[in-house]
This record gives sequence, C-alpha cells and structure tokens, in this order.
Amino acid sequence: MSGSYLLPNGRILRYTFRERIVHWLAAVSYVYLLLTGLAFWSPWLFWIAVVLGGPTVSREVHDWAGLLFVSATFLMLRMWGSQMREAPGDKAWWRAMPHYIRNEDEAMPSADRFNPGQKLLFWGFFTCGILLLLSGLILWFTDLIPWNLRFLRYLAVILHPASALITIGLFMIHLYMGTAAERGAFGSVIRGDVSRSWALKHHRLWFEQILRNESARK
Amino acid sequence: MSQATLEIRAISGHAGPVPGAGVKREFEVCKLIDTTTCIGCKACEVACLEWNGYTFSETTFDNSYQTMPETAWNYWNLIKFNEHERDDGSLMLLMRKDQCMHCEEPGCLAACPADGAIVQYTNGIVDFQQDHCIGCGYCITGCPFNIPKFSPQARKVFKCTLCVDRVSQGLEPACIKACPTGCLHFGTKPEMKEIAEQRATQLRDHSGFANAGVYDPPGIGGTHVVYVLHDATNPEAYGGLPKDPRIPLMVRLWKTPLKWLGNLAMIGGVVGLFVHYLRFGPKIVEEDDEKSQQERNR
Repeated sequence: MSGSYLLPNGRILRYTFRERIVHWLAAVSYVYLLLTGLAFWSPWLFWIAVVLGGPTVSREVHDWAGLLFVSATFLMLRMWGSQMREAPGDKAWWRAMPHYIRNEDEAMPSADRFNPGQKLLFWGFFTCGILLLLSGLILWFTDLIPWNLRFLRYLAVILHPASALITIGLFMIHLYMGTAAERGAFGSVIRGDVSRSWALKHHRLWFEQILRNESARK
Repeated sequence: MSQATLEIRAISGHAGPVPGAGVKREFEVCKLIDTTTCIGCKACEVACLEWNGYTFSETTFDNSYQTMPETAWNYWNLIKFNEHERDDGSLMLLMRKDQCMHCEEPGCLAACPADGAIVQYTNGIVDFQQDHCIGCGYCITGCPFNIPKFSPQARKVFKCTLCVDRVSQGLEPACIKACPTGCLHFGTKPEMKEIAEQRATQLRDHSGFANAGVYDPPGIGGTHVVYVLHDATNPEAYGGLPKDPRIPLMVRLWKTPLKWLGNLAMIGGVVGLFVHYLRFGPKIVEEDDEKSQQERNR
C-alpha cells in the first residue's frame, strides 16, 4: 500500500495496474471456463463449444484455462488476502443487508476497502477455485485413476459442476453489480480510479484512511 | 439395422400369401459366453485384434495365466483368469472373457457430453464414434464395468464394438467366429437367454453346480452380452464382475437432480437480478464537489 492513492486529477486510485491485470486475467479465463463448461453441462448449450473452435479444442483448452484461473486467484490471495479478512463491523453490515439491496446505502455501516459482500465473493471464488482445481485434475487425468480408486472419479464428477454452480451464482451478482448496478465500479477496474464521492459513499473507512495517510505524508 | 430395411414386403408373380411378409423379426442381438466351457485359449483375443487391426500388446507376468491386468484402448477383449477356492477346499480356475457388455442402459452414454460420440443401436449395440469423441473421459466414469479406455495418442476413447461392422453385414462377431469350444454364441437376445438358461439348468441338475445361473444384470436394464456362471451368486470371483452393476450414483445425481437444480438456479438468478434492476435501479453516486471539498479539508 505504498504510493499515493490521491491522483493529481483529484480522483482516487481504487485498483493499481497490477490489480487490474490480475482481475482481468481471472475474468477472461473464468468467462472462457464458464462458456466451455456450460457447453459440456447441457446438450442444449453444446453449440457454444462448436462456436469456440470446436468441442475437442474446448475440452483441451478448458483444462489449461482452469490452471490460469486458479493461478490468478492465488495472485489475488497474495494481493488482497490481508484486506479480505473478517473485520469487527462485518456482522453489522450483513444485518443491514436489506438496506443495501434497496439501495439505501446511507443506512449501511461504513465499509473498508472491501465490504463484507466483496469478501464473501473473494473467499467463495477462492474456495470453489480450489475444489474445481482438485476435481478438475481428476477429470483431466481420468484415465490414470486406477479402477480401485474410482470413487475419486465419482467424487469429481459431482463436485466439479456443484462448485462451478456456486461460482456462477457469485459471478452473476458480481457482474451485475460491477456493470449495471453500481455506477463507477466498472471504471475502477478498467481505468483504476473512482471519484471522491464514490469512495466516500461505498468505502468510507478506506477513503478516510487514504486521507489520513495523505495528511501524515504532508 | 440393415436387416430391418430388408424385411420382405412384397414379391413378384407369387400366388398366395407372400412368404415372410409380416413376420416379426427379433433385432436385439446378444453374445452368450459360457464360462463353464471356456478353456482360456485366447483365440477370441487374437480374432478381435486381427479384425479390428491392432497388434498384440506387451504382456505382464503376475504368477498366473493373466497376460495383462485389464483391457486396453487397443485390446478390447481379454480373458480374466482367477484361481478360486471353493467352500470344500477344491480349486477352480475361472476364465471369463471380458469386454464391453453393451448395456441396455449404458452408463457411458448417459455420462457423455459430446453430441453423437456414443450411439446405441436398436439391436442393442453401444458404439463409440471416435470422430465425435472429445476425449473427456466421462464415459470411463459412467461405465460400471471398467471398459472404455483412453488412447493417449488419439486422445479419444475406444472399446469393443460387438463387431458392429460385421453384425450389420449379417456376420457374427470375430471372437465368436474364433472360439474352438463353442463356449461363445451369438444370436438374438431371447435365443441366447434360452440357451443360457438351458445350460445353467444342466449345470445345476447334472454337474453339481447348485448355484449355476445366467448373468444378465437388471440394474442396467440387462446386457447384450450374457454369461453362464458356475456360481451366479458370486460373479465377483470371475475377475471383478460386479454383482449388481448400476450407473454410478454420482453420475445419476449429476445428470438429473443437480442439472435441474442448477438450471433453475441459473435462470432464477438472471431473472432475479433483472427484476432487482427494474425495482431498485442502479446505485448512483451524487457527485457533490462541495462535499468532497469538505472531506478534503477535514
């Protein structure tokens, strides 16, 4: 957290270049995994694999894209792990959740750099990512599993889609909030900055900390 | 298949009823393997390799007659040798020809996500279409008999075809052709079941195998390969033939309840978020410069 988060143009740096790169590494690989995964999930969606270069290509690249995605989530853990830890005010935030849903944000407890919902998103994706990796490796190398260890295959075949479905739920909410619902959020992960009012409204504790750091610097 | 289209409908210049017209044909084929008369000569293995164009695979030695542990992607037919001690202490050498069972409800087909990669014909043959196979290996997980095998070279899965190319031309499978003892039979399912039951009765009544019986497991709707076993109550003794094979529970859970639950949740999620937007709209931050100014001075 070195360097100034107050930009010369009066805006606030929300995500550094490194954070944005890692985010989009995860995002692009996840969307590819989602689309090819859905193609193998239902015969009605098999056409997606055909569009994305053929089903055999989709099946082969899905594995490697999975490794890329899990690597990105581990980079996120390194960058954000400490900021994703549960804080004392988180329970109050969850209790005030109905206000958040109804866009009554003034009734919400102040959030730090990541609000408890974002923390849930991160840990949900991270945990499911590990489950998907483990079950995915079994499915990748199915032919190497000996017959007397076949329970591993049975485990993987149910665990992989089940944990993928959880990430799809998280992903839909994340995509909706990041693009449609929370105006200014998409710009923060593209250009990296947000307005002062945005920072104040959505991540007040984080914003105040930035201001404190800045006055200490002066 | 081709037999169905060659059923006689009319013939020329013939007085009286058309011979063969309206005759109901039985199309479901079946291979019968009488383990009690198998001598383990492996002629069926060689015939299978020859007909399907594979070479003999390297063998392993495990202090028994077993030449290799299980079938391979290029070795679809393997005799399983098992030394079995009976209750009275006497020893039996059980020999079972292992290959695809051509299930009536195939687990491989249920698990396969690739359009057209596994086909089940009306005659009961379950056949892999390698040009549609994507090599994911889900069929390996779906099979209760450990039959589909992945080829690392082709990156596709292979197994016994019940010689669909021969059967469709009115020939019997290559393994049947080669068997010297007549322990292999090929015909319609009812015929083979009848012969199998006769043989089992014979074994029970005259050969002292009180538990002799026919293996045609109902858990997967029956198979198009049936066995006569000396002891039908203990199929596991014949090199791991499952007693009550079924499509694995996890495959069934994945393909039915989880699929419906997941589809409903995904559609519900999209609808829910859309309705949320219509009802509450976006979170818009009022850009109030003065307020920001105050914040800066605080």
